[in-house]
Amino acid sequence: MLEQIVQIVSNERSTDSYYRLVVRAPQIAPRIQPGQFAHVRILPMKDALLRRPFSIFQVEGDTFSILYKTVGKGTVALARMQSGEELSVIAPLGHGFTVPQPGAETPLLVAGGYGMAAMYLLARRSPQKGIVFVGGRRRVDILCEREFQDLGWEVRVTTEDGSHGEKGLVTQPLLAELKSAQRGRKLFACGPTPMLQAVGKIAGEHDVPAELSMDEHMCCGVGVCLTCVIRVRSGDTWEYRRTCTEGPVFDARDVVWEEAR
Amino acid sequence: MRAETQSPESRAVEEGLEPDLSVSIGKLTLQNPVTVASGTFGYGVEYAQLLDLNQLGAVVVKGIRLNPVPGNPTPRTAEVTSGMLNAIGLQGPGVDGFIQKYWPFLSTLKVPVIINIWGTTVEEYAEVVRRFDALGGVGALELNVSCPNIKEGGAQFGTDCNLLGQVVAACRRATTLPLITKMSPNVVNIAPYAKAAEDAGSDALAVTNSYPAMAIDIETRRPKLANITGGLTGPCIKPIAIKLVWEAARAVKIPIIGMGGIQNAEDAIEFFMAGASAVAVGTANFYEPQTPLQVIAGIREFMKRKGLRNLSQIVGSVQLTR
Ligand SMILES: Cc1cc2nc3c(=O)[nH]c(=O)nc-3n(C[C@H](O)[C@H](O)[C@H](O)COP(=O)(O)OP(=O)(O)OC[C@H]3O[C@@H](n4cnc5c(N)ncnc54)[C@H](O)[C@@H]3O)c2cc1C
Ligand SMILES: Cc1cc2nc3c(=O)[nH]c(=O)nc-3n(C[C@H](O)[C@H](O)[C@H](O)COP(=O)(O)O)c2cc1C
Ligand code: FES
Repeated sequence: MLEQIVQIVSNERSTDSYYRLVVRAPQIAPRIQPGQFAHVRILPMKDALLRRPFSIFQVEGDTFSILYKTVGKGTVALARMQSGEELSVIAPLGHGFTVPQPGAETPLLVAGGYGMAAMYLLARRSPQKGIVFVGGRRRVDILCEREFQDLGWEVRVTTEDGSHGEKGLVTQPLLAELKSAQRGRKLFACGPTPMLQAVGKIAGEHDVPAELSMDEHMCCGVGVCLTCVIRVRSGDTWEYRRTCTEGPVFDARDVVWEEAR
Repeated sequence: MRAETQSPESRAVEEGLEPDLSVSIGKLTLQNPVTVASGTFGYGVEYAQLLDLNQLGAVVVKGIRLNPVPGNPTPRTAEVTSGMLNAIGLQGPGVDGFIQKYWPFLSTLKVPVIINIWGTTVEEYAEVVRRFDALGGVGALELNVSCPNIKEGGAQFGTDCNLLGQVVAACRRATTLPLITKMSPNVVNIAPYAKAAEDAGSDALAVTNSYPAMAIDIETRRPKLANITGGLTGPCIKPIAIKLVWEAARAVKIPIIGMGGIQNAEDAIEFFMAGASAVAVGTANFYEPQTPLQVIAGIREFMKRKGLRNLSQIVGSVQLTR
């Protein structure tokens, strides 16, 4: 983990409300593992003080990028920033995905919305190619289809409104795939919490291992404030663990889901 | 005090002397007056990768009670304009867990470690104090009698002069370590509380803890915190904290560690002028972990610029006459 002021190389709209931001960070870039995140201080936000966490999307040479959706103050302010401007970044943070070993299970990646961002590096670094299941509300929420195809991965798209790919939820083609009864698969998922919970349940029912990247509100991002905790199994009971430090990636079997809020 | 016009200072400037930033809290000497606020710096180890902890005045750890505490449900924090709310619920490993897990690292630091403690009864406070007294190597103990997020053991002690006196006195009997009493801001007049802590044997006061507050998500109509209410901290509370420090400083002779929204050296110096002898950086650590070091550098620069040799030349130096 390093804290650095980094320069924006580019910050462009990708589709609809999704943007891609590339920053030059020569010390940080080589250390990044799939599933890790960057904690970004968006300096133009004056009265909103906290950093915002974003999965690291791609790493190229001495740069890394994030893929983000504008949802509130911070992301809107970020979208207005231009190349040459500076951001303060603490990265790489967190415990990421286990990169598949040669000959290990076939990876099945499950992504919803900006959850796709956390998946690219995993696919890129995995010696095994697999299938990416990507879901979103509408066509514009389907990100990076081409990128995954270019890596030689099969991509199965679902949209809730049927505007692209199969109509429905991302878990439908996933279930169909698991029912095809092939052995030796492992799930990796990142997306909205209800999707993660559904994937965790499916993994349990089909007895397939799964790693989930949890999306929790954060404050410090480095393990001191105890904002980002989730319930994790510990013996017969559970304890709170920090998403920013012990996560964001957890083994699905360890996550204890709270009742829907 | 008109520090700028006094001759020793002008001489110091001419001679290019380094200002002396050290301060005393009871029998404890800090190399500089900048500490960190409990609960915003974990157990030190988490930030060790980002800054040199040995540059700080002291490291102050997250509140600990006798037994492990699971903490509150989430969401536990929420951002608000120029600040944040928190209701962590004092999650912690308990005394034994802390000693086993964190003390091996903390005991290697060259700067004092201040342990923030709490309990639900007077006896529990005293017991935790005894345990840390027996540990050896602890710099000071900070008695949190002011957490707004815990039903028993928090603010109830800090907002009742009599109970406050009892807690501090019981802890005083249990140790010779310096004791810092962390004051609640949730009182009409802080002076009698400050005095009660001083009279019961506290070596210093920490002013202030967070302010009880609330925020609502208008889309869902739900409170932004699972605990419904929480403690407000960050730059938005600074002017209120400055006033409390000023009032407390006039009521007691013991040193005050001022905190509440400090982001830079100017903020810290304002606390000194109000009467604080030392300061703590809290919420700012979350968004800018270098803040404590920047504050130290800025205080040194200010003192040089003003020709000040000692912090005592700033402490309580607010000029009330126009
Ligand atoms: C590990 C991790 C990885 C993430 N990766 C990405 C990514 O790759 N792309 C992307 O677009 N988004 C990602 N997010 C979500 C992103 O952090 C939020 O969308 C962002 O913080 C919203 O900030 P805002 O100021 O625009 O929204 P506001 O609603 O104004 O933010 C208010 C507060 O809530 C927090 N917050 C709001 N929504 C979320 C959320 N979904 N998750 C966590 N905190 C939130 C903010 O950080 C801020 O403290 C990730 C979150 C986590 C925890
Ligand atoms: C997330 C969080 C956790 C805290 N935990 C503690 C604690 O365990 N014990 C304590 O005495 N104060 C605790 N505090 C209060 C701070 O130590 C400090 O008094 C307060 O935040 C005001 O300073 P600031 O505005 O600079 O943050 C906590 C504050 C925050 C924001
Ligand atoms: S965000 Fe502070 S502990 Fe995880």
